[in-house]
Amino acid sequence: MTNGHPREVTLSCPLPLRDYPTVQMAHGGGGRLMQELIEGLFLPGFAAGRPAIPHDSALVEVGRERLAFTTDSFVVTPLFFPGGDIGTLAVCGTVNDLAMTGAKPLYLSAGFILEEGLPLDTLRRIVESMRQAADEAGVQIVTGDTKVVDRGRGDGMYINTAGIGLIGPRTDIRPGRVEPGDAVLLSGDLGRHGIAVMSVREGLDFAGAPESDCAPLHGLVETMLAADGELHCLRDLTRGGLAAALNEIARHAQVGIELEEAAIPVCEGVRSACELLGLDPLYAANEGRLVAFCPAESVEEVLHLMHAHPLAESPAVIGLVVDEHPGVVELQSPFGGGRILDLLSGEQMPRIC
Amino acid sequence: MKYLDEYRNADAARSLVRAIAARVTRPWNIMEVCGGQTHAIVRFALDEILPDEIRLIHGPGCPVCVTPLETIDRAIALAARPEVILCSFGDMLRVPGSGKDLFTVKSEGGDVRVVYSPIDAVTLARKHPDRQVVFFAIGFETTAPANAMAAVQAARLGLENFSMLVAHVLVPPAIRAVLDVPDCRVQGFLAAGHVCTVMGAAEYRPLAERYRVPIVITGFEPLDILRGVLMCVEQLESGRHEVANAYPRAVRPEGNPAAQRQVAEVFEPTGRKWRGIGEIPASGWRLGPAYARFDAERRFDLGHITAEEPDACRAGDVLQGRLRPCECPSFGVECTPEQPLGALMVSAEGACAAYYRYRRK
Amino acid sequence: MCLGIPGKIVETFQRDQLPMAKVEFGGIIKDICLAYTPEAQPGQYVLVHVGFAINQIDEAEAEEVFRYIEEIEAMGAPGGPEASEAAERGGGGETG
Repeated sequence: MTNGHPREVTLSCPLPLRDYPTVQMAHGGGGRLMQELIEGLFLPGFAAGRPAIPHDSALVEVGRERLAFTTDSFVVTPLFFPGGDIGTLAVCGTVNDLAMTGAKPLYLSAGFILEEGLPLDTLRRIVESMRQAADEAGVQIVTGDTKVVDRGRGDGMYINTAGIGLIGPRTDIRPGRVEPGDAVLLSGDLGRHGIAVMSVREGLDFAGAPESDCAPLHGLVETMLAADGELHCLRDLTRGGLAAALNEIARHAQVGIELEEAAIPVCEGVRSACELLGLDPLYAANEGRLVAFCPAESVEEVLHLMHAHPLAESPAVIGLVVDEHPGVVELQSPFGGGRILDLLSGEQMPRIC
Repeated sequence: MKYLDEYRNADAARSLVRAIAARVTRPWNIMEVCGGQTHAIVRFALDEILPDEIRLIHGPGCPVCVTPLETIDRAIALAARPEVILCSFGDMLRVPGSGKDLFTVKSEGGDVRVVYSPIDAVTLARKHPDRQVVFFAIGFETTAPANAMAAVQAARLGLENFSMLVAHVLVPPAIRAVLDVPDCRVQGFLAAGHVCTVMGAAEYRPLAERYRVPIVITGFEPLDILRGVLMCVEQLESGRHEVANAYPRAVRPEGNPAAQRQVAEVFEPTGRKWRGIGEIPASGWRLGPAYARFDAERRFDLGHITAEEPDACRAGDVLQGRLRPCECPSFGVECTPEQPLGALMVSAEGACAAYYRYRRK
Repeated sequence: MCLGIPGKIVETFQRDQLPMAKVEFGGIIKDICLAYTPEAQPGQYVLVHVGFAINQIDEAEAEEVFRYIEEIEAMGAPGGPEASEAAERGGGGETG
């Protein structure tokens, strides 16, 4: 009936408009609209003539040293959620973006946009979370900025962090190195952060949600880099989840990716919340999970190293990089058939059908 | 999750597929009425493991997708009013009207919110006494009891600032509309299990008799769907046309009488336009006299909003299995998922959207 | 079209004159309205759609498909006339 090729079907209903004259929430959702914004507007504006590499950090050379340099902004509401807060996220997010180049994260900046009326106690709690997260990650927050906006113009606070890290001389980890035959490794179960935040959103609130997986991943990366075998690429999973990360890499490296749905770990709480709200955990946000691409001969060693690290208790080989269908991620159902795992337009919405 | 996980057992699914293969002797066109079933069929790739003889035709059962353009345009007009908070289920907010969708209205300053339950919409009205909260109440029979309760609760609480834009649609008239098309190719139906949870099976019996088609009430998990297909094939192979229940854990023959009573108190039948199909008489519900004061179309003067479905859409032919989506002259030309002409291209679960995306690959 | 998810009633209560329950879905707990399943008791499973229980799960009927699969597997030759009869016996038959 389908001549053996999985169809590309997005499991949301129905398809949205894409030709928007103004910025939509979906432009920040980690899906297709955001990809279009970056490729259609930002890259031509800022990177004309340079190759666009969808890496988590820029790689820059200063003298003889190679630095990873990145920035990230945090606009989560509410500010506190099970397992973390906007401060933990602001540190971990940037540390993780640096770590995905194989860099050792060193210094962070922190910019605060505060809403008039924000209780100073709240700010104090968040600063304390940032300090703890920075200590845990072994980075220093060395510079910062504060602005205040009128009441009603911000959700309490927004934070921007930027960071730099040092890349070792032999380290070469980037999407362009992904090649057919590579295995796709996942460090842990999916969707905890997205569901944790959703559980405290107004109108959706539910109890018993798992805590956010929010964590700095540089220690895990350091452990993995100790492997004798090769590591081709690392990617931390954030907005848009596993699906967004793998689509971006498949497109950039012009390879196909084939996933085994049954091999992808999702904890019961996330699975249940997704069933209840009509969401797909493969698109749900994470803040402490990574995928790694490595050649078949390194898999065992890398898995072994990951196992030993507390942030990757249940690492799994979830798929394979192939020659066929370049740019496309396919998902093999446990029932035997397959489907294509496409980008969503924006963030997932609870649905009734 | 109990009552969910066990119905996704791949070995058990293979047993059912073998049973279907052993029973089937010739090709059969079976329509799964409900978008939720289409969703599961695609998600678990069930159509790929069924014998080639079984052709599944995806039915019109997605309330979000069949809501007509002009109703969405009315919701958009309401959402644009400064005093209004418009709320609905998440999947409704992305459906394009004739010009834009509700998210665009939000980006233009409209107050548009997602609710999980109709009761949340009532809560919103209590929290914002200075605003008018309009709940965009869509759905099939399954959602009607919940939406009815929103009206009842608003009445009970004496809320003056709550109203509903009602776009309820009903499944049996849609099945009849599919069957009434000359040389309809659908030979059997998997009826929508959760609609029957509320309404029971009685409405389907005259349909099965009059049109001589088996109608099997079917659930949404892989084993449920395969069981439904098997029971449908067994009837087709032995020349029977009965209403059968492949989803007995959730559907009683009489449905849910308490829910039916509440729906009858709040709603009354009305004709509705279906996106991609057209006008179907007595195919929906609107607020009845006792609750008409909560009708947003009465409370707000929206002027005259109409929007015509493009003539070029041949969704009806596709639904009948007479036309493959890619054979439609509009397919991929003036009809794309970004600029859909009809429901089947609007819905990601619709056959046209599925073909479009597959072919582009 | 309509998401309906089975959950277990943990405890019941009243809110705004509506019968409500804390219902558990694989570890997740959400407040659900029981107006349409007034007999449902803690420990029982209900099918939930947009915050409302629309029916109780019939726990005996829930086993039906597994009994059927056992039968056809035991018979070894699925789809034969015996299997077909078993299907009708087990399948609830006509409900109209």
